[in-house]
Amino acid sequence: MVLGIAGCIFYFVGSNYVLDRVYGIHGKSPEVAAKNLRRIALIRPWLFLGPAFLALTVYLIYPVFASLYISLFDKTGDTFIGINNYTWLFANDEFLQSFMNNMMWLLIVPAASTFLGLVIAALTDRVWWGNIAKSLIFMPMAISFIGASIIWKFIYDYRGDGVEQIGLLNAIVEFFGGTPEAWLTMPGWNNIFLMLILIWVQTGFAMVILSAALRGIPEETVEAAVIDGASGIRIFFQIMIPQIWTTIAVVWTTITILVLKVFDIVLAMTNGQWDTQVLANLMFDWMFRGGGDFGRGAAVAVIIMVLVIPIMIWNIRQESKGGR
Amino acid sequence: MIMSKTSWGAQTLVHLSVLVLVIMWTIPTAGLFISSIRDKDQLALSGWWTSLSDSQQNLMHRTEGPDSQTLVDGKYILKGNIFGAEKANDISVFGWKSRSPEAFKAGTTADMNKGQTMAVEANGDYLLTSPTEWTGSRGKRVFYKVTVPPRFTLDNYKEVLSSEGIGQSFINSLTVTIPSTVIPILMAAFAAYALAWMEFPGRFVLVAIVVGLLVVPIQMSLIPLLQLYNSIGSFFGVSPKGYLGIWLAHTGFGLPLAIYLLRNYIAGLPKEIIESARVDGANHFTVFVKIILPLSFPALASFAIFQFLWVWNDLLIAMVFLGNGEDEIVLTGRLREMLGSRGGNWEILTASAFITIIVPLCVFFSLQRYLVRGLLAGSVK
Repeated sequence: MVLGIAGCIFYFVGSNYVLDRVYGIHGKSPEVAAKNLRRIALIRPWLFLGPAFLALTVYLIYPVFASLYISLFDKTGDTFIGINNYTWLFANDEFLQSFMNNMMWLLIVPAASTFLGLVIAALTDRVWWGNIAKSLIFMPMAISFIGASIIWKFIYDYRGDGVEQIGLLNAIVEFFGGTPEAWLTMPGWNNIFLMLILIWVQTGFAMVILSAALRGIPEETVEAAVIDGASGIRIFFQIMIPQIWTTIAVVWTTITILVLKVFDIVLAMTNGQWDTQVLANLMFDWMFRGGGDFGRGAAVAVIIMVLVIPIMIWNIRQESKGGR
Repeated sequence: MIMSKTSWGAQTLVHLSVLVLVIMWTIPTAGLFISSIRDKDQLALSGWWTSLSDSQQNLMHRTEGPDSQTLVDGKYILKGNIFGAEKANDISVFGWKSRSPEAFKAGTTADMNKGQTMAVEANGDYLLTSPTEWTGSRGKRVFYKVTVPPRFTLDNYKEVLSSEGIGQSFINSLTVTIPSTVIPILMAAFAAYALAWMEFPGRFVLVAIVVGLLVVPIQMSLIPLLQLYNSIGSFFGVSPKGYLGIWLAHTGFGLPLAIYLLRNYIAGLPKEIIESARVDGANHFTVFVKIILPLSFPALASFAIFQFLWVWNDLLIAMVFLGNGEDEIVLTGRLREMLGSRGGNWEILTASAFITIIVPLCVFFSLQRYLVRGLLAGSVK
């Protein structure tokens, strides 16, 4: 552990030292010194950037192309089969099921988290203990998905009819006179129950960012509306919301990307059984199922990537617009 | 601002709804924590929200065996106490047949077959009499119902830390997390400085690449990297799964965000400081180490928290790039394994899960300020 970190520090200190020694400027004639200075200016950025961009290349850039390439091969990895993996995927019920489920996740989770986050941000800004409240609602962000899955699996726990329920949801249902259910096996609804976990985790994130945005709204705009006699709700929807649209969009897309990668929750709660499969878990499944079929796994990964690309382009555009 | 216009009633409503929301958001975690410190028998029988009230339990006890019987006044007697030394519990009803375990009130005497009797007191004392000698190798069964006071214990934690291997996994998690947090910070800080303050061709392209890579799903990287690791592993004759591999993987995946956050921060530092240092003859390396690093502490801290939480909580990368052995499995991996093998043992699951989330929660609550700052820098433009 120490060795790894020390090695990294050693590189930066060492390489910069070597650079300064090789192209030293002390005790050299002015022309040599000037030449060396220019050389240093040329080389040093790459010493600084080198390790980071090497890592980015190996871990992110190369794999994107390699995955595309692998997805054109069959299970053995030797036979080129063109787009067969993709045509197979789109005829495969399990894939279509996960794709539809993912679309549901994409529709519901970002919308619910952003909406709840916005409402909570607006509400907590109006009470004196708002910061404590925010901190508590933000807390699930720190919990791992697998930890959150255990927390919620306990809530959804089902003990059979007629036995005392130790799962909170079933106990509440029973309290109001309903019959307990095995929630995670209910077709259709079980997806919603899994989404609730992610909404629980992500609302805090949306709340923190939107709350900062709400506070950034110039007070004059709100005061003007108050003087004009607008109601609180109208001010919120017609004055405040339009001013934070960009932030809402950022929150929305950030959660969207997270949703596309959601894996741990499904793996831990149902492992895709009872029609709850999603793309990321399907991909993981194909990596190892029956000895692993990297071609099909990579094809699923490419589909996830394709879904992300619009957001990627939008991000780069935003950045170059605001960039220096 | 709008507060002045709202009535007292509306304000109460706001307070109430915030309170309800906070309760909704904290109750799941609270339930987990309370369950993890409950006695495991009680946990399996009643919901955690009842944990503060007494619970009723139906239990069975086997009396002393026939070899301890005494002969008093022509009757063979077996006596003792159901609870042994501690006579704390209250028995309300008892029975001697498994079909009717609640047939008799405590303190009464029940007639069994062939003139045998059984008397059970509320404090657990029992007395069995028989006209003939008790036979068999084991004692009689007594069924009873007791009121058990709530019991909280740390036994579940002791159990998971020792026999379930959570303690070892905790150390493994730390071994993965610390270098995976420090290395990308170092690399990213240098790269961010170069992107923000050094003049060289292609700077803007590199920034655009970093922004693009921010959203590349990890799924895209898994298969090629697994193949790469496997071939490197077989080339050098070592296992492809190991700590070095996962440190570098986390470094690679964390770098885009790290560079992005740090570059934004470092680029926002006042130009004059850097320029005056340069004029004084300091080279970029000195400027970076002496001036930039100390000044960008808040941004470094924000990213460190992100990366720490992300690596500590990661399951996917650990499952792909680390082995399942005792010396490598991390907490999240262990939890997933337990969900399969110990699915119904909530005392083990809740205690393990709580140990897993306690570290990030501590980090979260103590360094929340930096976390929020980082989030805002990362997403509000």
